[in-house]
Amino acid sequence: MGEMIKPTTSQVIQTGQSGFATTKFNELLAWARKYSLFQYPFVTACCAMEFMSTASPRYDLARFGSEAPRFTPRQADVLWVVGTVSQRQAPILKRVFEQMTEPKWVIAFGTCASSGGFYDNYATLAGIDKVVPVDIYIPGCPPRPEAVLDGLMLLQDKIQRGDKTPGVVKPRHDPAENLVQLRRKTG
Amino acid sequence: MAQKLLDILIERFGDSVVLETHNHCGDETAVIDAAHWREVATFLRDDPRCKMNMLADLCGVDRFDAEPRFEVVAHLNSLHFAHRLRIKARIGDEDGEGALLDSLVPVWAGANWFERETYDMFGIKFEAHPDLRRILLYEEFEGYPLRKDYPAAKTQPLVPYREGPDVLDKLPPFGADEGMVFGRKHLDYVKEED
Repeated sequence: MGEMIKPTTSQVIQTGQSGFATTKFNELLAWARKYSLFQYPFVTACCAMEFMSTASPRYDLARFGSEAPRFTPRQADVLWVVGTVSQRQAPILKRVFEQMTEPKWVIAFGTCASSGGFYDNYATLAGIDKVVPVDIYIPGCPPRPEAVLDGLMLLQDKIQRGDKTPGVVKPRHDPAENLVQLRRKTG
Repeated sequence: MAQKLLDILIERFGDSVVLETHNHCGDETAVIDAAHWREVATFLRDDPRCKMNMLADLCGVDRFDAEPRFEVVAHLNSLHFAHRLRIKARIGDEDGEGALLDSLVPVWAGANWFERETYDMFGIKFEAHPDLRRILLYEEFEGYPLRKDYPAAKTQPLVPYREGPDVLDKLPPFGADEGMVFGRKHLDYVKEED
């Protein structure tokens, strides 16, 4: 979970000046899919700011071929659930998911979408995976754009491999190590 | 400043209507007899010495184990005199029954959504409210979540949660001993046994 590996049976064969490549049809299809992810942003809360930041030129979601938003679920491949989803919104989210055409993927953006976060109460859905299946969880409150890009690359990797199991974006480094160093410095 | 308002209120209505007054950090409060709630509000709006032309907030309080159980709090502003006053009414018995109060919508139109929210969260009903429905929660919701006896962990999902082999073994929220340290375990109010 969360590891990126790229096994492939594709190979490039060079014959003199020119050459050709061999691959499996499914791999070619997956390769095409992973670089043309049309997104449906289901944006409900403050994580939206970080989502906008990720989508704008500084972090540039377009590099991964997933910049095109589609505000009808019928044309979308990836459902980005960005922010807290309340119990009242859950039927809407489910309906949007059901309207998307296969193949489809869901990204839970931020802690609230992943688990409900600290909204542990009567009003809030404790994680969208109670209602729709989630492919990638991106923890963070909100997650940094780097983490979002990590999540997107993880999704691309899963699409390439045909892997359907959910993945969680890991932190780039263990935050506990910082704490240890801080204690050593001050202690 | 607003002490003057309290004096005006007491002078006009007397101790039988203005049950209690107090002052905390310069914010004056008057506890009003529930039967005269709208009458006092109308007076505060119309009297040339008060001119409370703005209802800044209206909300409920569950005082649990106290009698009357609920308190409706209204924060009034005067944009003309720049003074403010908080008025309260106490209603409802121990079981939350009989929580009924006159609506302030005829006095300040802005009370409409505030009263709907108070109804939504506490189940306090407002008489003569034009449209007393839930405002934040959904119609299917049973009970009133901000009452102290509403179980802290109780949710009422509108769609059934997913089941089946593709669902992860462990879906949040996790067990009672997992998750956040400030969890909801100790938050349930239990009535003291007599």
